[in-house]
Amino acid sequence: MNALPCTIYVAFTGALLALVAGARSAQAARLVALFTALTIWGLTLYAASDFVPAAGLQDLVNIPWIPELGIRYHLAADGISLTLMVLTGLAATTGILFSWNIEERTGEFFALYLALIGGVCGVFLSADVFVLFVFYEIAIVPKYFLIAKWGSTNREYGAMKLVLYSFAGSALVLAGMLWAYAASGGQGFGLSQLAMAAADFTRTQQLGMFALVFTGFAVLAGMFPFHTWAPTGHVAAPTGASMLLAGVVMKLGAYGCLRVAMPLFPVGFEFFQPVIAWLAITGILYAGFIALVQEDFKFVIGYSSVSHMGFVLLGLAAANATAVSGAVLQMFSHGVIAGLLFAVVGRMVYDRTHTRHLADLMALPLHRLIPFAAVVFVLAGLASMGLPGFSGFPAELTILIGTWQTKPLWALAAAGGVLIAAAFTLRAIQVSFFGKVAPVAPNRLERVEGNTLHLPPITWPEKLGALLLLGATIYLGLCPDTLLDWIRPALHSPVFQALLSGGPS
Amino acid sequence: MKLDYAGLFHALQPEAHLVLGALLVLTFDLVWARHRPANRHHVALAIGLLSLALAGWKAVTTGGTGPVFGGVLMLDTLATATRVGVVTLAALAVALLPSPARLRHPAEFVAILLCATTGFTLMAAANQLLIVFLAVELASLSLYVLAGFDKTRPESAEAALKYYLFGGMAAAFLLFGFSLLYGLTGSLDLDMIAAQLSMQGPSPLLLVALGMVLVAFGFKAAAAPFHLWAPDVYQGAPAPAAALIASASKLAGLVVFTRLLWPGLGTAAGTIAHVPTTVGWAPIVALIAAASLLLGNIGALAQTNVRRLLAYSAIAHAGALLLGVIAAGRVGPGPLFYYAATYGLAAVGAFGVLSVLEASGPAQKLTDLAGLHKRSPLLAGCLAIFVLSLAGIPPLAGFFGKFVVFAAVLRLGGLGGPMGWLALAAIALSAVALYYYLLILKQALVAPPAEDTPAVQVPVPAAFALLTAAALLVLLGVMPSLVLRIF
Repeated sequence: MNALPCTIYVAFTGALLALVAGARSAQAARLVALFTALTIWGLTLYAASDFVPAAGLQDLVNIPWIPELGIRYHLAADGISLTLMVLTGLAATTGILFSWNIEERTGEFFALYLALIGGVCGVFLSADVFVLFVFYEIAIVPKYFLIAKWGSTNREYGAMKLVLYSFAGSALVLAGMLWAYAASGGQGFGLSQLAMAAADFTRTQQLGMFALVFTGFAVLAGMFPFHTWAPTGHVAAPTGASMLLAGVVMKLGAYGCLRVAMPLFPVGFEFFQPVIAWLAITGILYAGFIALVQEDFKFVIGYSSVSHMGFVLLGLAAANATAVSGAVLQMFSHGVIAGLLFAVVGRMVYDRTHTRHLADLMALPLHRLIPFAAVVFVLAGLASMGLPGFSGFPAELTILIGTWQTKPLWALAAAGGVLIAAAFTLRAIQVSFFGKVAPVAPNRLERVEGNTLHLPPITWPEKLGALLLLGATIYLGLCPDTLLDWIRPALHSPVFQALLSGGPS
Repeated sequence: MKLDYAGLFHALQPEAHLVLGALLVLTFDLVWARHRPANRHHVALAIGLLSLALAGWKAVTTGGTGPVFGGVLMLDTLATATRVGVVTLAALAVALLPSPARLRHPAEFVAILLCATTGFTLMAAANQLLIVFLAVELASLSLYVLAGFDKTRPESAEAALKYYLFGGMAAAFLLFGFSLLYGLTGSLDLDMIAAQLSMQGPSPLLLVALGMVLVAFGFKAAAAPFHLWAPDVYQGAPAPAAALIASASKLAGLVVFTRLLWPGLGTAAGTIAHVPTTVGWAPIVALIAAASLLLGNIGALAQTNVRRLLAYSAIAHAGALLLGVIAAGRVGPGPLFYYAATYGLAAVGAFGVLSVLEASGPAQKLTDLAGLHKRSPLLAGCLAIFVLSLAGIPPLAGFFGKFVVFAAVLRLGGLGGPMGWLALAAIALSAVALYYYLLILKQALVAPPAEDTPAVQVPVPAAFALLTAAALLVLLGVMPSLVLRIF
């Protein structure tokens, strides 16, 4: 466990090294980045190997940082953080494998990429709200440059929108946390410290603070109606960055809701619980319907991300041990599956065919041209639909079971989302990979036969990355208890027990 | 009152070094360097930096000795910190001295800059109305000259004239306000004024006096609605002068007025933290702050000129700093000083980058920055740090400055009163601000360079200054306790 804080330092050091190496050669920068990401992943797995599940956070570092304000550099982890750390390691590694073809300013790309990873790791490990916030903001700026410089389709708009949404969200969090800090007498920002002080807050204060902090984090988690940054941002981002955005960064928001907003302000949470649940359900259904009619392949995946993150928020809103552990499992599962889908669409398909238009793709016999991509996408699609045998199934099932215990109506409404997910995923699979050469478009047909019948073969980094992600989703589909055994004990901590109601875990 | 000239001289050692330095620069230029044009610049730069370094060193070693010369000056922690701060900022600005081709009289420029710095260090310690006025005027007059120093460009003359007219008006208001205060209390001494006012209670005349003083304050801090000079001056003045106006002048101005308002006029502050508010200067300052936050942030959105954009960003920052002034009565001047000093570092740095760029082409429009990452990775990297610090992104000092000021403001009365709402508005507007800061960085780091732009040569002193400012921003951002601890 004590190796976990090193991930933060390794990431930032790796970012500097990649910048230096990038000035020499692109290949050196890639190797530095890959080595850094592998080290991070290795550290998280090493930490997982000697992790003893326990109730509550296990301290990793706790030293005074800014004593004048009572701020401590306090890092701690429990099963939830560990789950997300392992996900971060996996997503970072595969994201770099799928960014192997970045040729322009490679060093800077990987430096920003690793800085983003460093910020993400910091958020997942923070036990002091100030520290969490600092890392949260560190993770914002690299996204802008990753998208604006290396992205595609409308990238400057997508980048600016994404960053302003994230920053506006973090401004809400800042306001809420400063309010809580001031109201608690300015003692400090420690999670347990604030939670204790929050017990004395008036109802109005609790409601206000919860609304600010939860909304701020939920923006990044893609909660309806603040989700619109996600599809445009994901579509504009380069493949590696989309994988990271959908795979990990959206989880920052959900994690913030779970770790900060809900335990600190239980009264506020209780009041807003139905609102959050219905917003989550609306998000699941609405984003699903939108995904059904998208013409751009990446937008389908972008909206499916929002839809799946709705399940996470619903699990949090249901607030019992089953639903919340399912939500955390869904964070992991969605991180892997969304990464895989974006990898296939952005890297394997788009970089070869230079189109993401479903109508254009329909005119290409992609399943014959790049069979590997087709196989991976079909498997990933099945996982995304929540079929048994893949990680999506235990995750969404656990959430729905937990939600049923709280309010059967919510579970019923959300279950509709599973159906829609199946519909848009099947449509995407069918149209993009198994389309028929349309007889009505002779011009397009000529172009196809002239230019693109010989797509470049899938490279080894892509294969390796895809296999890693597929392996993870199938493994979790078969033994979800690996993660659930970490997550459930964490929910037994007093802070969560006070929050969660009913339902044996 | 016993006149302790030895004590006064001891306390004024930094100022003595600055004035001697100014004289030395001129003399040396006159008798020696004038005949060696190749070295003129370097000599002026070296003497200027040396005298600033000695002044800074003396400011540290003199330390806080309490009231000096019967309370005319107050050498406390704030004064010491501010003296060191303004001297550092002035040294960074001197290092940006334009090239010989664009500055024909380097010695005069450095000498006047040292005079301005003398004004700033006096402002840092002034504790009597007359000294306050003299220090402010010494600094202002020097700055007017600096703003108009570039005789080859009409914009520079325009900047100087506008600055001078607004400044002269503000000085008149300040003096009139002081005369009313003197009439009300019969003293020039801040301590005596405070004692008198606490017995008198509020009166309409006092409010008039406060209003007059606040006009001058608003001018000095470039706060709305007294900000009109700022965009033109920032745009037209030579870069080091603009850097000095944006950084050291702001820091010294905020400190001198905070000293005037809290220890001197604290009893007339009124309350603004809770509803209902009571009359005093705090509600007026809060209004000015709100206006500056709104106008600065929204005005900056429309700018296409980098310097004007920085001016509007300065107005927005002035709004946040004024919130810090109000909070200083409760939590002390630490947060305010931290914010003002780190803002100054970032502003000097941003103008420094523009100053270096000007040597190899125009650097006014946002698009002039295009492709900076190719033309000079060093400048682009430094600019990223300065701009992100202005935007308030951790781990840079600008973030913590905002954080600590807003935390101080919210501790006044939570979100239950106007101050809390203002803090909330300021936090929300920082998301707006990120947009225009990213516009700068988009040009510098993302956009490709225009066809015929050459690579940029960064002079050694400027590179050193920029790296120092960037390193300080990172260091103070990661370890804010270095500054907060001393208060």
